[in-house]
Amino acid sequence: MAIRKVIGTEVEYGIAVRGDPEFNPALGSAMVVNSYPGPRVRVQWSYEEESPGRDARGFGHEGYGVSDPEGTLVNAVLGNGARLYVDHAHPEYSAPESWDPRQAALYDKAGELVMHRAARSATERLGHRLALYKNNSDRKGNSYGAHENYLLSRSTPFGEIIRYAMTFLVTRQIYTGSGKVGSENGRPHVDYQITQRADFFEEEVGLETTLKRPIINTRDEPHGDSTKYRRLHVIFGDANLSEVQTFLKLGATALMLAALEDGALPDPLDLADPVTAAWSVSHDLTFRRPLELEGGSTATAVELQWRYYEWLSKYVEKELDEPVWHDVLREWQSVLEDIEADPSRLADRLDWAAKLRLFERYLDRDDIDWSDSKLAALDLQYHDVDPEKGLYHRLLARGDIRRLFTPEDIVAAETNPPEQTRAYFRGRCVTQFPDSLVAANWDSLVFDLGEPHLRRVPMLEPLRGSRDLVGPILDEVADATELIKRLGD
Amino acid sequence: MAEQERSRARAREKPEEEIEDLDVSEEKSETDLEELDDLLDEIDAVLEENAEEFVKNYVQKGGQ
Repeated sequence: MAIRKVIGTEVEYGIAVRGDPEFNPALGSAMVVNSYPGPRVRVQWSYEEESPGRDARGFGHEGYGVSDPEGTLVNAVLGNGARLYVDHAHPEYSAPESWDPRQAALYDKAGELVMHRAARSATERLGHRLALYKNNSDRKGNSYGAHENYLLSRSTPFGEIIRYAMTFLVTRQIYTGSGKVGSENGRPHVDYQITQRADFFEEEVGLETTLKRPIINTRDEPHGDSTKYRRLHVIFGDANLSEVQTFLKLGATALMLAALEDGALPDPLDLADPVTAAWSVSHDLTFRRPLELEGGSTATAVELQWRYYEWLSKYVEKELDEPVWHDVLREWQSVLEDIEADPSRLADRLDWAAKLRLFERYLDRDDIDWSDSKLAALDLQYHDVDPEKGLYHRLLARGDIRRLFTPEDIVAAETNPPEQTRAYFRGRCVTQFPDSLVAANWDSLVFDLGEPHLRRVPMLEPLRGSRDLVGPILDEVADATELIKRLGD
Repeated sequence: MAEQERSRARAREKPEEEIEDLDVSEEKSETDLEELDDLLDEIDAVLEENAEEFVKNYVQKGGQ
């Protein structure tokens, strides 16, 4: 039986100060973190246990240490267990470790609310509107990430992960893309494409995340007991606004990894040229372009996704008979059916399709073409996290886009941590002992109890620190000193 | 245009739908268009002024 697929997303947001285009984005991002009005503790992020230079293929890279010392200065842990900080001149929200894809999608959405409230506070301080965009490209050749993390067993061979995940990730773009006007990074011209990110991927497998980006990232940094766990760090994907889409993206990927771990997948279907296929799938709105497979045959992205779907529906029947995975399969099936029958039907649940519906109407009504800057402006504004400005929010408010969560669910997830993972312990400590918490990492918290030495609480097990385990203790203790004493008993 | 190709492909697939069905789908799509135009009006009211400037000024530092 595969280990629980604990999931967490990380999103770097685009940032702009309206009316002051020269405003320093690193400074603006720091203002976002420092302005966030919800429960948070500014902490030192302890990097000593992180290892971004360790490669899952089994070798280390020297000189790959932490390159962003300013990140340690502008770093907060939130009451919901998330991390809010500055990364490469972007504000980033790393969601708390979540129990299943539905919860992970909810906490990804909570991040938008965090960003919106932070931006609003920063705007008041600045006197100019600080706008944040949940997208992945400025359409001028600069991309910033939306990453997914999945917990795997250390015993799962990385070579197997590469083989199965490569074809899966390249072809899942048909339902993971957020849509983009035009192309970038020297790729062939298109008017519109399915994803924001595909143009930027230039390697099949590698350790890089900021240049020569690989489809499979090999960063081996489990954020947990490294003898037991791996973390698959997926960098090949878009940030999505649609709740259903985020749920489907995380759910289908987690399912594929669980089945892979259980040895429940037939031989993989290897793409002959994954890097070309990556942008080629994103550029193909006909969904009919054949991709070459190893061995000389061809298949479309939709056909390949159907294969994975069929394997995984059998797997769920046999091994993972929980309602949430059946929901994943239902959404997956309906998306693949609609792509084949009439892709415009997807406008109620996939960002690329919602944008396309809007843009096509503008083209028609205003008699403009794809090069008109109005479309680029609409493209950007779709992703604005401000509900007054963001076009996604306009579509949502009109009922044009399906919800998975109520607005109240998202508000609750902004301040309350998931209950089934160690994020629960982290989030509760932020809310309950903000003055005693001085440093944090995904797998530890450090308290200052007024003693000569700081006290570190290790959290190497992602599923320990749950409400069941530590909730009663947290409910009873009066302060952090008592908490540490109780945990030691 | 990709969209036109797609529409043509769809048309080729389903050339002989019954007339009743066609009426229904046309009616539906006209309602959809009207609703969409309401939305476009709403969006026009919140769209950032000077699209060209707005787009030109949106330059990001590369990230991960």
